[in-house]
Amino acid sequence: MTGYLSDVTALARKDLVVELRSRDTVPAMLLFVVATLVIFHFALPDDSSRLAAAGMLWIALLFTALLALVRSFVAERDEAVIDGLLLAPCDRSAIWLGKTISVFAFLALAEAVALPAFALFYDPVTWELIAGVALANVGIAAVGTLLGAMAAASRARELLLPLLFLPLAIPIVVGGVGATLAEDPGRYLGFLGLYDLIFAILSWASFEYVVTE
Amino acid sequence: MIHARGLGRRFGDKRALADVDVDVGTGELLLVTGPNGSGKTTLLRLIAGLIVPTSGELEVAVDRARIGFLGHEPLLYRELTPLENLDLYGRLYRIPERRERIGMLLERFGLWEARREQTGAFSRGMLQRLALCRALLHEPDLLLLDEPFSALDAGGTELLLDELGRASSRTVVVASHLPERLGPIPSARLALGPT
Repeated sequence: MTGYLSDVTALARKDLVVELRSRDTVPAMLLFVVATLVIFHFALPDDSSRLAAAGMLWIALLFTALLALVRSFVAERDEAVIDGLLLAPCDRSAIWLGKTISVFAFLALAEAVALPAFALFYDPVTWELIAGVALANVGIAAVGTLLGAMAAASRARELLLPLLFLPLAIPIVVGGVGATLAEDPGRYLGFLGLYDLIFAILSWASFEYVVTE
Repeated sequence: MIHARGLGRRFGDKRALADVDVDVGTGELLLVTGPNGSGKTTLLRLIAGLIVPTSGELEVAVDRARIGFLGHEPLLYRELTPLENLDLYGRLYRIPERRERIGMLLERFGLWEARREQTGAFSRGMLQRLALCRALLHEPDLLLLDEPFSALDAGGTELLLDELGRASSRTVVVASHLPERLGPIPSARLALGPT
């Protein structure tokens, strides 16, 4: 178990160092999410409902996450590093978990900018919204990393990933919007937690079959 | 250590390798030659377990952890330094005293001075030297080298030949279209024809 966690830590740390030096993903996510919220601010009429604003926020967060996911296996694909990682004697699910943690960190950074921007343009940020976003991040990172690895093996990866990911993200939007607006957000937060649990286990267990023949 | 009969591999309609028989014993060095597209890379990837055969049988009597693989790509992160790249692999391979091993390899392959530079700025020859360090880091029992001499200068070639002669118990498979560089070292040869 210690060895597994040490592998996960080394792999996640590597992704953070790579992003810190290349700055390929997070700056693009920040620009995208802020630009999207600004555009929605001008597109929505002044008297638009909270429901519409919350929906726009979750759409913006989901498409921002897609930016991170599309780029999540770029280094492994372009330099064929995935071959080196697959040959290493570590448990292959550690590759998934390390990547999931780094994607989660990138999403959290984007949301640290997106949520204050949402408060500025639309509604105050509530604890329910923050909890919903945190739980949604787990699901997005878990499922998205698995699908990102799957799409990375394809030539049409930029097209394939949204086609695979968006249908699976519908429950996240349902849970996220519900947690943001419902009078009883606990039910929706529980729903997001259940989604995270089920899909994290499925992704963890199936990653090896996705990246090997 | 390696036993293959009627080994073949297709990618869709394209046949990349067909009907290969090969036996390689422990400590032997097999040289695989053939023109471009004859399946040299495919054979090495099959032996490494990175792809599976579509026909025939293949037995490789060594654990994944004991295979060293040098491919066309260096399998390194361009944003990381040589130290960071090798440290990552050293951790994943659970190499005891990995810092000493990494330092020794970087020194031997002439990369010690560049150990803190990002590998993205490296020349093709330096990348190949670093890729060799990565492949040798865990002192593999089976070493698979795909065109190892490409981009290596005379000094790099000499270092590689020295390394190949160093461990007599190590099994080595070299795919190369420059067989003369290996000189008399190979104990067996396999010539692949057009597929």
